[in-house]
Amino acid sequence: MDITTEKYKAVARAGTENPVLQKALAGLQARFGRGTAQAYRELPEGPDLRLVAHDLRMDAVLHLDRLLAALAGKVRGNGGHVYFAQNGEEAVAYCLKVAAENKVKRVVKGKSMVTEEIRLNEALAASGIEAVETDLGEYIIQLAGETPSHIIAPAIHKSKEDVGRLFAEKLRIGYTDDPPTLTRAARKALREKFLSADMGISGCNLACAETGHITTVSNEGNIRMASTLPRIHMVFMGMERVAARLQDLDILLRLLCRGAAAQNMATYVSHISGPRGADNLDGPEQLHLVILDNGRSRMLADPEFREMLCCIRCAACLNICPVYGKIGGHAYGFAYSGPVGAVVTPLMTGINRAADLCQGETLCGACRDACPVNIDIPRMLLLLRAKLADGDSRWGVTRGSLMEKAAYMFWARLMQSRGLYDLAINAGSVFQRALPKNGGMLRFLPPPLNGWTRSRDMQPLADESFSRWWQKNREGDSHGNP
Amino acid sequence: MQAKATLFIQCIVDGLYPQVGQAMVRVLERLGVSLDYPKDQTCCGQPAFNSGYRQEARKAAERFIRIFESAECIVCPSGSCVSMVRNHYGDLFKNDRRWVVRARRVAERTFEFSEYLVDVLGFTDVGAAFAGRVTYHESCHLMRGIGVSRQPRTLIAHVKGIDFVEMHDADFCCGFGGAFSVKYPDISTAMLSEKVRNIEHSGAEVVVGCDMGCLMNIQGMLNRKKAGVKTMHIAELLDRSH
Repeated sequence: MDITTEKYKAVARAGTENPVLQKALAGLQARFGRGTAQAYRELPEGPDLRLVAHDLRMDAVLHLDRLLAALAGKVRGNGGHVYFAQNGEEAVAYCLKVAAENKVKRVVKGKSMVTEEIRLNEALAASGIEAVETDLGEYIIQLAGETPSHIIAPAIHKSKEDVGRLFAEKLRIGYTDDPPTLTRAARKALREKFLSADMGISGCNLACAETGHITTVSNEGNIRMASTLPRIHMVFMGMERVAARLQDLDILLRLLCRGAAAQNMATYVSHISGPRGADNLDGPEQLHLVILDNGRSRMLADPEFREMLCCIRCAACLNICPVYGKIGGHAYGFAYSGPVGAVVTPLMTGINRAADLCQGETLCGACRDACPVNIDIPRMLLLLRAKLADGDSRWGVTRGSLMEKAAYMFWARLMQSRGLYDLAINAGSVFQRALPKNGGMLRFLPPPLNGWTRSRDMQPLADESFSRWWQKNREGDSHGNP
Repeated sequence: MQAKATLFIQCIVDGLYPQVGQAMVRVLERLGVSLDYPKDQTCCGQPAFNSGYRQEARKAAERFIRIFESAECIVCPSGSCVSMVRNHYGDLFKNDRRWVVRARRVAERTFEFSEYLVDVLGFTDVGAAFAGRVTYHESCHLMRGIGVSRQPRTLIAHVKGIDFVEMHDADFCCGFGGAFSVKYPDISTAMLSEKVRNIEHSGAEVVVGCDMGCLMNIQGMLNRKKAGVKTMHIAELLDRSH
């Protein structure tokens, strides 16, 4: 996928004007957003388990070097291969190398945002390898030639009529918008792919350093098929996605499923520790674990952004965010959308080019409350804005706007003196007389404030400020009377 | 012992909605609180902070601390400003221990109006009366920032004659977000339209809140649409009597 973070405003606007998307997002948030909060409340340990999980994640992030070494050692000990990739190119190259060595012609994939991040499908296609997405939503958008608009519900932007037309064209079935019929058609097409694939590729929801296994969750069973039927299973994991101990993984897994879909547990959970053993009847002959950095070390090195590595990509923040709920995932222009995307994408792809992602939120804080590991996303959005305001050499950020800086310097000067502040209010009072009115409010504000009055009126400055009223009516009281 | 409170009247109330500050003064005086208002006050620094301009925000914050640090108890008709003082001054003064200590002392004594009435003074019924159907908008920084939700709802519930109705998604952001509303008007408008729809569906004649930023945003669209629903700060509601 091309990175299109610069088009945030335009794509966001198109999203707000798309009735299919609006209906889908409203349904998604009503179902999962509220459901997740309820699911946390029903945890045996209570909702504060999120805070425990935050500490577990932070602790793991701070000891990633040791945990990843332990994980790699265990996986290798079980007969698997482990490859540490510095960046997307290295990860892709490793995959292509293994595919070439094993004469892989067809790949079936479980949904993996990391492979979206590194654009693996394009690279496989360019090498003449057919890579088929097997998560129903991913399959739909792959057939449509689109990109995911949600971390776990990638085709949320498409209606059943859209899918009916798509399947009629691509799968050559008669048009229907009946979801069970469409699902059966996809299942039939995918079953053939599963049975003839040479390699299965999956993501990794969580890995465990103590046991050396990786865990995948799905509700369709497709990841289990992709990871067991083909000769080779290749797992792509972001390097942060490791839990120290099995008991930590248990807590995180339960929170992940609640955050993702308000479920106590996903329908299919696989714990995979290596390739087929001598005494196993099935399973892949080779297991490859690709552990991807791709900018994560840089986040780890910055104490202020390290917390973002706690994220387990459950999408709970998307399911509650009022901004995401209006604009949809494509506006964010990268694999990760919603509040998590608003922080991760600038850090991975460049803060300046993703400036609108840092600034295009209201800081309402719903994401923090919805997060299964209690990540303070608004704190990091504020920090990204600070880097844009004044530039930052560590992250290679250049100052966003000199005009805006000048405006805030002027503002700061006004705030230093009540006299100047009152003068500004008085000037505003005079100026607003020339503006058009609507029922006692201002109908129009000049640039740069005209965005406000496009859809709403503005309260005018009062004839007498509170300060002046107080001085007239209470000054004696506050100082004189006992 | 008589309660004493120092008023922090944030910019929006001072310049645009002085009647809200006046209502708050009358309610507090009626409850026997002795008030004072430092007349040099300006802003807590939030507008600059939220846009990333921390040096500028810090200048305003230092001034705020200097003006208010001698106060026993600071009361403000905005959850958002209180959240700034309580939650973000720490970040703002991060590398300066002396200021951190001063900021924390001020933060501990700064309260949002409804929080002050219920948690500090212990009132749930302030003797207000209002005949009409009212709904309540949960402001984000008030509810999630400083955890105030029960307090205003309790105060509203005790207003005589009130007909309270809950709107759908009362805790969803109204799309204000300060500079966001001007920089991203399309997104802001989409969020606000949803909020206004929920307010209208509730059948309320009045939407009450504790933050004039959100209410100014909501009122702006209600007025543009000539929707016939009024916005009211909780201080104005509590100032009403038969």
